Amino acid sequence: MSEAQGKSVAFRGGGFAPKAHRWVSVMVFVVLIALAEWGTRSGWISALTLPKPSDVLTTFQELYSSGLLFGHLMPSLSRLIIGAFIGASVGISVGVLIGLFSYIRSGLVPLVAAIFPIPKIALLPLFVIWFGIGEGSKYALIAFGTFTPTVVATYGAVDNVDRTLIRMGQSFGLSWWSIVRKIVLPGAMPGILSGLRISLAIAIILLVAAEMLGAEYGIGAYILEAGSLYDLERLFVGVFILSLLGVIMSACISLIERKLLGWRV
Amino acid sequence: MDIRLEGISHSYDDFEVMRDITLDVPDGQIVCIVGPSGCGKSTLLRFIGGLERPKAGRVMQLGEPPEGCLNPLTYIFQDFALLPWRTVAGNISLVLEDHGIRGAAARNIIDDVLTRTKLTDFAEALPKQLSGGMKQRVAIARALAVKPAVMLMDEPLSALDSQTRELLMDDLVDLWSRQPFTAVYVTHNLAEAVRLGHSVVVLSRRPGQIREIVHIAKPLAERGFGDPDLDAQQKHLWQLMRDEARAADAELLNV
Repeated sequence: MSEAQGKSVAFRGGGFAPKAHRWVSVMVFVVLIALAEWGTRSGWISALTLPKPSDVLTTFQELYSSGLLFGHLMPSLSRLIIGAFIGASVGISVGVLIGLFSYIRSGLVPLVAAIFPIPKIALLPLFVIWFGIGEGSKYALIAFGTFTPTVVATYGAVDNVDRTLIRMGQSFGLSWWSIVRKIVLPGAMPGILSGLRISLAIAIILLVAAEMLGAEYGIGAYILEAGSLYDLERLFVGVFILSLLGVIMSACISLIERKLLGWRV
Repeated sequence: MDIRLEGISHSYDDFEVMRDITLDVPDGQIVCIVGPSGCGKSTLLRFIGGLERPKAGRVMQLGEPPEGCLNPLTYIFQDFALLPWRTVAGNISLVLEDHGIRGAAARNIIDDVLTRTKLTDFAEALPKQLSGGMKQRVAIARALAVKPAVMLMDEPLSALDSQTRELLMDDLVDLWSRQPFTAVYVTHNLAEAVRLGHSVVVLSRRPGQIREIVHIAKPLAERGFGDPDLDAQQKHLWQLMRDEARAADAELLNV
């Protein structure tokens, strides 16, 4: 080792640290749509395979100017909001109960595990018999579909609440209800919200399924009608609206997370 | 208010962890409990505060807690146990809310304890913004807010670096000198024990038994960093503990 030939140490840290680059996601959408537009215009993609994005836009404008957009959107939104609200609130309550009481846990966890893998769409006829062909069966389907993932996420989140914080609460003589309200629920909030992200996406999927039977208006009904006529432009308009709903919902949850979970390290 | 432990024994299944511990904690004194790892010091502290039940023996409160005491037996935990979603003031208000103390009354208490722990400027900070030493001072402030009769301190300085530990020890001595409190202080750090303890209880390795109780007469305020008397005491304690600690270290941990 006589010659002290220096060599700088190669950097090998870095990576594995996701950062937000907003423009990238916009670019991905723009490039994909531009590619589809160029392909369909030049005939490289046949009109039977994929509709022209510009035609889809025109169809969307027609839908908007005919006033039917809101005619379809409003019933769907109300089904989505009411169904998801029932499913998520019952799900969170049952999840918290499972997290807090061993008897309820022993009784309900296997039941939830049995219900979870059932494709809720398969139960639609049953719901129609139970709740009628009207709005009831649609609320029920969406509520039922959001219920199970919310329960599982919630009791997992309650299990993960730091036990030392609960012991601290007990050592200061806090009442049971205070411990639940001020320690368990806020501590479980991160897990509950990330579970809600999944449940709400499932709610949108089930919205279309719920509108398969006995719905004249609604985004799902609109898509199914377009699909049965192989009207690809309208089909894509409907799909676009659903995607948009998904993005808006996810953005709403992110907003709530930023508001409620600013304390996280 | 004094605390008396009468013949406390404990075991998990067939595994004996503690045998016949009888101890008095006199009012206005700090009793340190030291011992090798796994001797059940923290478990003993949980018995004293009623967070766990011993298999045999009992913990007695002798006399009434002082006037205005909201939570006679109050813990300070090693990992601080602050609610991360509440501010410093919110964490202290947490333990007052259940006693119906809100608004101006709560604010008075919070201001007072934050002043005593020199945290006034950080009332609105979240725990994630604080250093370890400051978090533990918040936990001490929270404990002071309920005017405890006895403070149960479970390795309160063990998660901190040694400089912060020195500073906090000075803070604790100041707090005690201004207003003597009763405390049971569990630690594995002999320097902390001789600095803060009026008496130091040495536990043996598992099953934990009292080996010796060392009384240190020197007043807390006169003890300083590197005090030769304390060093002698610390050496004596270490001699008591060394063989126990070595044997405990070689045991299989199947708790």
